Amino acid sequence: MIRFHEVSARYPRSAREALSDVSLTAAAGGLTAIVGPNGSGKTTLVRLLLRRLAASSGRIDVDGRPLETFDARQLARRVAIVPQRESAVFSLPVHEYVGLGRYPHEGPWRAATQRDTALVEQAMADAGVAELAGRDILALSGGEWQRARIARALAQGGDALVLDEPTTFLDVGHEMGMFELFATLARGGRAVLVISHQLNLVARFASAMVLLHEGRVVAAGAPQALMQATTLERVYQWPLVVTRDPAVGAPTLLPLRGRRHSSGAHPENTPERSP
Amino acid sequence: MRAALWIGALVVLLGLCVLAVAVGPVSLTLGEVRDGLTGVGDANAIAIVRAIRLPRLTLAIIVGAALGMAGGALQGSLRNALAEPYLLGVSGGAAVGAVLAFGAGVRDASTIPIFACLGGGASVAAVLLIARAAGGRADPRVLIMAGVIMGAFANALIMVVLANAPPNTVRGAVWWMMGSVADAGWPQIRWLAAYVVVGGTVLLLLARDIDVLALGEEPAAALGLDVDRSARRIYLASSLLAAATVAAAGLIGFVGLMVPHIVRAFGVRRHRAILAGAALVGAALLVAADLVARTAMPPAELPLGAVTALLGVPFFLLRIRRLA
Repeated sequence: MIRFHEVSARYPRSAREALSDVSLTAAAGGLTAIVGPNGSGKTTLVRLLLRRLAASSGRIDVDGRPLETFDARQLARRVAIVPQRESAVFSLPVHEYVGLGRYPHEGPWRAATQRDTALVEQAMADAGVAELAGRDILALSGGEWQRARIARALAQGGDALVLDEPTTFLDVGHEMGMFELFATLARGGRAVLVISHQLNLVARFASAMVLLHEGRVVAAGAPQALMQATTLERVYQWPLVVTRDPAVGAPTLLPLRGRRHSSGAHPENTPERSP
Repeated sequence: MRAALWIGALVVLLGLCVLAVAVGPVSLTLGEVRDGLTGVGDANAIAIVRAIRLPRLTLAIIVGAALGMAGGALQGSLRNALAEPYLLGVSGGAAVGAVLAFGAGVRDASTIPIFACLGGGASVAAVLLIARAAGGRADPRVLIMAGVIMGAFANALIMVVLANAPPNTVRGAVWWMMGSVADAGWPQIRWLAAYVVVGGTVLLLLARDIDVLALGEEPAAALGLDVDRSARRIYLASSLLAAATVAAAGLIGFVGLMVPHIVRAFGVRRHRAILAGAALVGAALLVAADLVARTAMPPAELPLGAVTALLGVPFFLLRIRRLA
């Protein structure tokens, strides 16, 4: 379980807080989705978990223990994180790359065991990259690379999985496959925290959603409660409607064509509304 | 398959070693080489082999191995296929440290490498800061530019120090700037070997960290690597290797650039194997380069750094074209 309690954070040489008093919980056995516009502080949450940035106030707990009390490998054995950006520079076969997920379990004198190899193979199968095992990571398509990265995080094990925009570059089939996998992992008892721009998709899979805007939590709760047109319109600054998908019954956001949502700043830009 | 590669590299290195001992102003037969090595037989051959060629060969082997390993470690940890001690200004900084120590009256083969290491360490820190200030740690070309600038600055400093030094206190500007293994002596080789064993062992122990660092800072942190601490250790150990070679043989560029590429071209991917391979190939490359330096234009001897640069610059241009 990962819990942020009234966390604020600021980047060096920045006047503005990137996060202000953010409280949220990624519970074990649940898929928690963080949504919000660009620059709302989503990735800052990941930087805090990676400890590439320190919170200026508040506390972050992992399994009930303060984040700063973990040593780096110990933390990586509990929380697997797939950061937003990663570009490979050197050639490496996919299975070696996924095998790096076992790094926090290795020691300087400990070679990969049979168990490591089995876990790496399982992770590759789960993420759908088993057939790419021998391919060079530099030769993967965007979607294949993304799945290889997720396989690496799965090989890492642990009881929490954090993914920053994991389905960018994935086509519909692979995107659905990934979210089905995240849902399965959550049902299996892991705490899964997904940052995503695809509100409609996460609304169908998430057990809880958190909406961030300008570093603050503006709404949190079940997808049904959070997907409200007025809130989303204000946060995303675009006219939209929220309907219920006729096929699956999930709340579905539909941005409308037309001009930017005005919020009263430009009275002539009255957004058009469809019935 | 993998074993055959290692054996092949060893055979090439051994062949080059035999050639390096046999070929020179006085050519030796294989029998004379054997006499020289065993110390039984032709006195002339024994003298040539033991006093001149063997120390020189040993120095070339250790310097080449150290430069190859430093290049492999720097390329991996900086995620930069152009990184190497010379182009990053590490060697230049080390030369400044060594020359200043020499100018201050330090003559001990054991302590000069420490000053060289301080100079190299300061230089790598400055280069990383310059590249960060230029906003381009991620762009390999910006980092190399910062390194080349630092190297030019170091060269200027060496010139200034040497211009004021009385003649014969130092082996001359050309020796430092262009590198040479001609003045090889056993005490100096023993100290170099000690530093290289320490630096090389540290890098081999950190090899898995280099594998992880090569993914980038955030993925490395996600895998539980203490990125800053690990990177610092790797830069320091690489600087120690490069600095020790500079103290013993002056500035020899491009070996650290070419060697890791040659090793990776044979499909070696993990850094523990890349570093070990780079030591082997680096030694072979420098022995071959010194052979060329000694024999290409007799009776003149080419500066060793000039030979490696003549090989390395076209290699660099090919690599930078691939980056663009």
